[in-house]
Amino acid sequence: MEYAIIIIAAIFVNNVVLAQFLGICPFIGVSGKISTSVGMGGAVLFVMTLATVVTWLAQHYILVPLGITFLQTITFILVIAALVQMVEIMLKKLSPSLYGALGVFLPLITTNCAVLGVAILTIQKDFNLMQGVVFSISTAIGFTLAMVIFAGIREHLDNMEVPAGMRGVPIALVSAGILALAFMGFTGLV
Amino acid sequence: MSQLKNLTKGFIKENPVFVLLLGMCPTLGVTTSAINGLGMGLATTFVLIGSNLVVSAVKDFIPDKVRIPSFIVIIATFVTIVELVMQAYLPALYDQLGLFIPLIVVNCIVLGRAEAFASKNSVGSSIIDGLGMGLGFAFALTLLGSVRELLGSGAIFNFKFIESDAMLVFVLAPGAFIALGYLIAIINRLNKKNA
Repeated sequence: MEYAIIIIAAIFVNNVVLAQFLGICPFIGVSGKISTSVGMGGAVLFVMTLATVVTWLAQHYILVPLGITFLQTITFILVIAALVQMVEIMLKKLSPSLYGALGVFLPLITTNCAVLGVAILTIQKDFNLMQGVVFSISTAIGFTLAMVIFAGIREHLDNMEVPAGMRGVPIALVSAGILALAFMGFTGLV
Repeated sequence: MSQLKNLTKGFIKENPVFVLLLGMCPTLGVTTSAINGLGMGLATTFVLIGSNLVVSAVKDFIPDKVRIPSFIVIIATFVTIVELVMQAYLPALYDQLGLFIPLIVVNCIVLGRAEAFASKNSVGSSIIDGLGMGLGFAFALTLLGSVRELLGSGAIFNFKFIESDAMLVFVLAPGAFIALGYLIAIINRLNKKNA
């Protein structure tokens, strides 16, 4: 039950993109097509879950025992940057097909604030390791869901007559606002 | 003259938010009111100036291959300074901005300026670039914050203008996207006129 609440809250109620404003850059930048959105979502799912596990371990077995929690920000960002590099190298060797699908998105993820955000939130919410993993997986699913819906909207927008000044990012942002309005309907569900 | 141009380019012509579309997460996340936008903008300005200063000072000693990780460590150091100082002296603002303070680390503007400007220019012009870009960011956040606060609660910087019920949606998540979308459209139009 406790896990069900975490999952529903992370995917719908506090959707990472539409309610918490994390990971906006890829949300606006990569969401032109449904297929690339799914790819980006997969890469985020992979890295976010790994990053949450590693940063959780770093927080509880290194930073807290040594009393240096003020180094949290520096440690986490370095861990994530190193992790992304490692994942990239390993994927290239072990699974070229998966690398082909996710490869181009991986470097973008280091600067995806959703990954660092979820790592920090997991610590702030005092989750244990298992809850952290569930939380990061559902956050990534929420991210993918928002990206895919939004990509679907944008594919249609391309065929519409948009006023000159609103073309491109402005109309994308306004549509994202309307999508966020729809997601507000989930408020109070949990 | 060119230094002055360095300083002012961040406001409209190369505004990090409205034109370059960088740093969208804090832009949307913290601008529920003008004061929050200004606070976030100034915190980012401090980090920008600090990281630009250090990066341009040590650029000759960093091997090319490890420059990005080194930049990130430098940036994270300044973010930690901001975090601790804010927690000590501005606890209310710190609570409001919350998660977005540590997330200055991954703000593309900061790393972008370190890589694109500070790693190639002198200390002096890097500081001015950081100041200009930072103030441009702060300007954008304050503007967006003011618009949302005015529409959402009828006030700017907590001064109430409109007594009747306002459109609450602009203080909530959807309003952030919609307000920013229209602001960018207006700025696009202005830039086109000037060009």
